[in-house]
Amino acid sequence: MPDFIAQWLNQNDIFTAMTMVEYWNGLVSTVQLVFLSLVIGLVCAIPLAILRTSRNPLVSTPVWLYTYLFRGTPLLIQLYIIYYGIAQIPGIHQTFWWEIFREPFYPALLAFTLNTAAYTTEIIRGAIMSTPHGEIEAAKAYGMNWFMRMRRIILPSAARRAVQAYSNEVIFMLHSSAIASVVTIVDLTGAARNIYSRFYAPFDAFIFVALIYMMLTFILVFAFRKLENHLLRHQRPISN
Amino acid sequence: MLDLKGYGPALLDGAVVTIELAFLSLALAVTLGLIGASSKLSSNRVAKGVATAYTTLIRGVPDLVMMLLFYYGGQVAVNNISDLLWDAYEIDFFFQFDPFISGVVTIGLIFGAYMTETFRGAFLAVETGQIEAARAYGFTRWHTFRRVIFPQMLRHALPGLGNNWQVLLKTTALVSIIGLTDMVRVAEEAAKAERMPFHFFIPVAFVYLALTAGSELFIKWLNKRANVGVVQGG
Repeated sequence: MPDFIAQWLNQNDIFTAMTMVEYWNGLVSTVQLVFLSLVIGLVCAIPLAILRTSRNPLVSTPVWLYTYLFRGTPLLIQLYIIYYGIAQIPGIHQTFWWEIFREPFYPALLAFTLNTAAYTTEIIRGAIMSTPHGEIEAAKAYGMNWFMRMRRIILPSAARRAVQAYSNEVIFMLHSSAIASVVTIVDLTGAARNIYSRFYAPFDAFIFVALIYMMLTFILVFAFRKLENHLLRHQRPISN
Repeated sequence: MLDLKGYGPALLDGAVVTIELAFLSLALAVTLGLIGASSKLSSNRVAKGVATAYTTLIRGVPDLVMMLLFYYGGQVAVNNISDLLWDAYEIDFFFQFDPFISGVVTIGLIFGAYMTETFRGAFLAVETGQIEAARAYGFTRWHTFRRVIFPQMLRHALPGLGNNWQVLLKTTALVSIIGLTDMVRVAEEAAKAERMPFHFFIPVAFVYLALTAGSELFIKWLNKRANVGVVQGG
């Protein structure tokens, strides 16, 4: 190890084992929050996207309204409405829901899930709409019914077209999750803010956390590139 | 009618702050985007490297972390520079790093990186034949850029620019966290004081919705105008 790094490590009193544990706990809550909201959001988004492509306006309009409202307003406002709003619902303090939603984690999870589900719905809808007509005709010619067509042809084909845009949404969600720290959740950003205010050392606290976020982003980019290669392997040129 | 409990004027002022912030950041982002795109496309390896590092770094870090770094770090940096200048040259230099400046700088820097990518793609989409034709007519490089490349680039850049603007508008809500009294901040204080979160946040959400919907229409109109002379296939 070069001398100046060793010297710097010996002199610093910010990056001790205690703050590392704080950062680690923050990392765990960030990853939990982002992972859970993405998974639940994706599970909700697939049926919503199918409803959104429905020809019946009574079915597609409510979904459109939902995605429009959640994509047209800042996530921070959605988080505030849910976080402060839930406590104001009359009678909620007597129900078991209060036991769940009094922890800031769950209102944040709800807000993030609703937000990412709205964006993901639109991504999947775009992919479903751009399914080549020939694929659907071929499926019909094989006598597949609507459900089988959806399951075997349209959704897998749409997944290939959606994965690029979805990877952006995942990274966007990771970055948006930083606002969880404003509703007292100690996520990565929350940990950095606490450490900043304890040592009054903005550069150490925030640059370190920025590096962690960057690392997470690069891991995601790499994983999605692998996934994309896997999903699109039938399109790979035959050479080598 | 909606009763804002006397917070109406403050909310209106907050909305003006939001809009000012959004436009100033957009101006900075477009400037940075044009510089970034030009350096990415230039043959100068240093410029290319700096621009690539810039876009990669920005896209890896959350906007809020960046904002906190600039806001808290900016003041510390100003203080340090101030001390240094006073000690060394006895120059009295100081300014308060306020949340508005940090907001504009951060949002501008972040969206500058996205704009760089948008403009880079748009510059590449201008047909080389057009540039060659302009050069063959004896246009200088600057003249080619101003009369041929730039106007055609704008047409390709518009959709991406519009998307970035929509995201930027929503990102401005984050400045309330570093203490700027924008619309969100006022609504938050009012909601806490009156214990009426829905009452204050939902109107603010609708202001954002109106802003994004309005810009969507405007961008559509601009797009139509920009593509007036283009024969679209299909």
